[in-house]
Amino acid sequence: MSGVRVLVGTRKGAFVLRADGKREKWEVSGPHFPGWEIYHLKGSPATPDRLYASQSTGWFGQLIQRSDDGGVTWEPVGNEFKYHGTPGTHQWYDGTPHPWEFARVWHLEPSLDDPDTVYAGVEDAGLFRSADGGRNWEELPGLREHSSGPSWQPGAGGMCLHTIILDPAQPERMFAAISAAGVFRSDDAGQTWRPVNHGLHSEGIPDTGAEVGHCVHRIAMHPSRPSVLFMQKHWDVMRSDDAGESWSEVSGDLPTDFGFPIDVHAHEPETVYVVPITSDSQHFPPEGKLRVYRSRTGGEEWEPLTRGLPQEHCYVNVLRDAMAVDSLDDCGVYFGTTGGQVYVSADAGDTWDPIVRDLPAVLSVEVQTLQ
Amino acid sequence: MSEPGDAAVVRVILPAHLRTLARVDGVVELEVAGRVTQCSVLDALETRYPMLRGTIRDHRGGTRRAFVRFFACQQDLSHEPPDAPLPEAVATGAEPYLIVGAMAGG
Repeated sequence: MSGVRVLVGTRKGAFVLRADGKREKWEVSGPHFPGWEIYHLKGSPATPDRLYASQSTGWFGQLIQRSDDGGVTWEPVGNEFKYHGTPGTHQWYDGTPHPWEFARVWHLEPSLDDPDTVYAGVEDAGLFRSADGGRNWEELPGLREHSSGPSWQPGAGGMCLHTIILDPAQPERMFAAISAAGVFRSDDAGQTWRPVNHGLHSEGIPDTGAEVGHCVHRIAMHPSRPSVLFMQKHWDVMRSDDAGESWSEVSGDLPTDFGFPIDVHAHEPETVYVVPITSDSQHFPPEGKLRVYRSRTGGEEWEPLTRGLPQEHCYVNVLRDAMAVDSLDDCGVYFGTTGGQVYVSADAGDTWDPIVRDLPAVLSVEVQTLQ
Repeated sequence: MSEPGDAAVVRVILPAHLRTLARVDGVVELEVAGRVTQCSVLDALETRYPMLRGTIRDHRGGTRRAFVRFFACQQDLSHEPPDAPLPEAVATGAEPYLIVGAMAGG
């Protein structure tokens, strides 16, 4: 029987939420790694019971945990993330040079076909890969050592590589997004990279249309159309139809185009979801109403989705890695909030229910569709 | 003072998060060969519990993580040379060696 497994990373541990295909009754397990920050968990598409989790604290640093039974038991694996060579400097918030320093793993992206291969996006921005199930990690230095690297600067959350997208049609192609540098693309399996930010415009940098320096919050792709990308930038919702070569704004009639997550319906490549947030200085929903916005036209025209979501006195945020979709026939949409709620919609966003209401602040949400 | 060649039993108290990670309850008792120093105690600890590597000191130079402190015999040893002998009471197991997360909430 089909079902779903939702992997939730929070400020104080990980939680695994399970349900059958109806997505009405939920079994909650956790906290796993209680008291630790779990920035992200994700399962291997090739072997769904293989999960990876990024566990960290400021006290004791970074750990990577691996499960081979769908999150029931876990094993700490390798946690040495050493930059290649002698790392140079990037820009600090005030524009002065600042040494590259590893802080934590923001995002784990398992290979599409090999459960032992997994990529890690880290702060300070860099891309690492393990080919042995997380025991050993090696940097793919071509990204950090791109000639623009010394000009990258941190966003408010740190200088993080937060998004990794693997192209299912072209195994050599991958995308990475960095706050606040922008989107980079590799066409040789991560060896060399180039920025793909043409069309982005950002206030707060000297050249608003510069090649790098944009605070990209999240990018998303539908696997059936890997040349189409959607982006939630610091401000602006953007779209590319040429694998990032050029971008155009599709914010349209959104009440605000600031936000963090963006995702695409599992079966409708032109159906896109965002969660508008008031502004970069007010990280909560406009008017205290938690609304997901859906476009069925690939952007520009957006409709608010509110049924089951709080429509007064709601001042939570939804972080960049905290939205996901399942691939059941009726596409499920999930997101978690900094107030500790995880919401599910089993009807593509028309109605919402909380799975849990009182977790620690949610950092990430992933969902696995199980057959 | 213990001498090279002796194998002292040193008692180590880990912070709660690291006890959970290492799957130990209470005090860890470690046989430490040779001179009992902070470095030799941590080496023995990481050999028995490899999952602790990188959580107390970094993987490379062995530098103490910034928010970790080392105490023993009512003294703060955090800034002592890692190869300096630990107090005799630690080397004989009479007093524990404490690895402590800095007092910073959480």
